[in-house]
Amino acid sequence: MSNMRPLLEVAGLKKHFPIYGGMFGTETARVYAVDGVSFDIAKGETLSLVGESGCGKSTVGKAILRLIEPTGGEVYLDGQRIDNIPLVRLRPLRQRIQVVFQDPFSSLNPRMRVRDILAEPLINFGLAHGRAEIDDRVAKLMDTVRLPRDAMRRFPHEFSGGQRQRIGIARALAPGADLIICDEAVSALDVSVKAQIVNLLSDLQDELGLALLFISHDLAIVEHLTHRVAVMYLGKIVELTDRRTLFAKSHHPYTRALLSAVPVPDPDAVRSRVILTGDVPSPINPPSGCSFHTRCPFAYDRCRIEEPELRTVGEGHQSACHLDHVPGGQVVPVPR
Amino acid sequence: MSAISPEIAAAPALPDVLPPVKLRGKVGTFVNRYPTIAVGGVLLAAMVLIAIFAPLLFTVDPTALAPAKRTREPSALYWFGTDMLGRDIYSRVTYGARVSLLVGFSVALLASVVGTFIGVVSGFMRALDSVIMRVMDGLMSIPPILLAIALMALTRGSVQNVIIAISVAEFPRVSRLIRGVVLSLREQPYVEAAVASGTRVPKIIWRHILPNTLAPLMVQATYICASAMITEAILSFIGAGTPPIIPSWGNIMAEGRALWQVKPFIVFFPAVYLSITVLAVNLLGDGLRDALDPRLAKRL
Repeated sequence: MSNMRPLLEVAGLKKHFPIYGGMFGTETARVYAVDGVSFDIAKGETLSLVGESGCGKSTVGKAILRLIEPTGGEVYLDGQRIDNIPLVRLRPLRQRIQVVFQDPFSSLNPRMRVRDILAEPLINFGLAHGRAEIDDRVAKLMDTVRLPRDAMRRFPHEFSGGQRQRIGIARALAPGADLIICDEAVSALDVSVKAQIVNLLSDLQDELGLALLFISHDLAIVEHLTHRVAVMYLGKIVELTDRRTLFAKSHHPYTRALLSAVPVPDPDAVRSRVILTGDVPSPINPPSGCSFHTRCPFAYDRCRIEEPELRTVGEGHQSACHLDHVPGGQVVPVPR
Repeated sequence: MSAISPEIAAAPALPDVLPPVKLRGKVGTFVNRYPTIAVGGVLLAAMVLIAIFAPLLFTVDPTALAPAKRTREPSALYWFGTDMLGRDIYSRVTYGARVSLLVGFSVALLASVVGTFIGVVSGFMRALDSVIMRVMDGLMSIPPILLAIALMALTRGSVQNVIIAISVAEFPRVSRLIRGVVLSLREQPYVEAAVASGTRVPKIIWRHILPNTLAPLMVQATYICASAMITEAILSFIGAGTPPIIPSWGNIMAEGRALWQVKPFIVFFPAVYLSITVLAVNLLGDGLRDALDPRLAKRL
C-alpha cells in the first residue's frame, strides 16, 4: 500500500455550524461539530467511526457525501478531490459513494414502490435502460440482499425494520458503489435483526469488495466487522488503530472508558470499569487544551492548556493523548 | 344413548338480543371508519349533482321576470316562493349552486397550484425564501375579504374575476404551508438518499417532495374551498361579486335583504344551501385530515 492511494482520504475535515442571533442576525457562536478529522479507507476495508452521540460522527459522513457542505479540510476519492468541486461535477462521482441511514422508516419514500426506489439510482446513472432491464437489475439486487423478488412490487410500509434496512442497503448497492457509508445503519434494529444485517454487510463486503465507513456508537457490533477503528470525541478523532489493537491495548483514556462500557456476556466476569463522570462538553464552547480533560481521570496540568496532537504510539496506532502509558488506571506522566 | 347428556342440555340458549346490526361490506366499513368523510362527501356530491342537473330538476328559467307574481310565499307551485321581481327562488337557488361550486373548486385548485409552486420555490431557493415570505406576510396581513373587494373594485364583475380575486387572497396561506412541509421533507433521510443517488433537483421535487405534500395540501384545499364559497357570497351580497344577471346565493340574499323582515324566505333558502355546502366541505376536510394523519394511517 506504499505507492497506491487509498480509496478515500479525509484530511483535516471541518464542519462548523454557525449560530445566528442578536438583532441583526449576525453569527454569534459556532458549533464545532467536526473539527479537523483525518483518516483514510482502503479498497475493501472497513473503518468504524465510533463515539458518543453528538460527537460529530454522522456529520463526518454527511460532509463526505456533500449532503452538508464542509467548512474546511479536504476529501479525496481515488486521488480526486471531491470536497470543493461543483455539485454538478460531483454527481457522476456519487455513483461510487453511497449511504445507508439509521432509521429504516424515514429513509424510504413511503409513496414509492420498492422497485421504483431501487430503480432510481439505476436510471440516474444510466446503468439500465428500459423497463425489462431495470426490472431484471432490481430483481438481482433483491437477491443480493436476500429479499424475495416479488417484494419489489410492494410499498415500504409493508416491511419490517430489518427488511426495510435491506432495501436501504440494496439502494446503496444499486449504482455499484465502492464505498458505503453506514450511518448507524443497525442502531435502530433489534439485536437478532442487527446480527443479520451485520452479517449481510460483511458477506457483501467479501462478495463485492466494498469499503465500508461504519458509523456507530456500539463497540460490540463494531468488533464483529471492522478492520480499523477511529474513536471520535467532540468533533475530533482521539484514537485510530486496527481492531485487534483497539480491543487489546487501546491507548487513549476515552477509548478505555468506552471499552469498559461494552457489556460482556458473562455475569461473573470481573472487570475494571472506567466510569466517566459529567456530560460531554458543549461543542459550542469546547474546553481548552485536550477536549477530554474535563472528564479524564488522568488529566493533569498540561492537558488543560495544550491540545494533544494525534501522534503515533504504535504501528498503525495513533492517539491524541499527552500520556505515554495509561496502564490499567495508573498514570505515568511523561516528563518533557 | 337414552338421554341427552347433561352438558348438551345445559348449553346456553341463544341470546335474545342480537348485537346491533353494523353496516356491512366495503361501503359499511368506510362509513364506520370515516363518518365525517362519508357525510361530507355525500352532501357535497348531492350539491354537485344539483348544480350539474339544474335544468332537469323541475326548474324554470331563473332569470324570467313575472312582476305580477312577486314575493309569493313558498307553495306547491313555487317551492321556495318568488322574489320581488317574481323570479322563482327554487330555480335561482338551484342554478346558484353552479356559481358557488365553480368558485369554490376553482379557487381551491388555483390557490393550491400557485401556492404550491411558490412554496416549493421558497423551500428550495433559500436566497429567495425570506423575500418571498415577507411578500406573503404582507398579503396575509390584509384580511382576505378586503383584499378581494379591493381587487374586484379594480376589475369588471364576472365569475372569472371573482375566482382570481379570491385566489389572490387565499394562496399565501398555501405557500406558507407548503414551504414548511418542503423544509421538513428536505431533511428526510429518503431525500438525502436520493441526493446521494444522483437524483437531480427537479426529479427530487417531483418524485419525493410533491407526493408527500399532497395530504396536508388536500386538507388545506378543502378549507379554502369552503372559505371561497363564503367569500363569493359576501362579495355578491355587497354587490362586488358576480353580476346580478347571474343568480348566485350571495346575489339572491342581497336582493332579498330589503324585504328580510316581511319575506324572510327569500334570504332563508340560499342561506341554507350555502350553509349545507360549506358544512359538507368542512366535514370532508376534517375527515381527510384525520384519515391522512400519518399517526392514524397505520390502521389500514
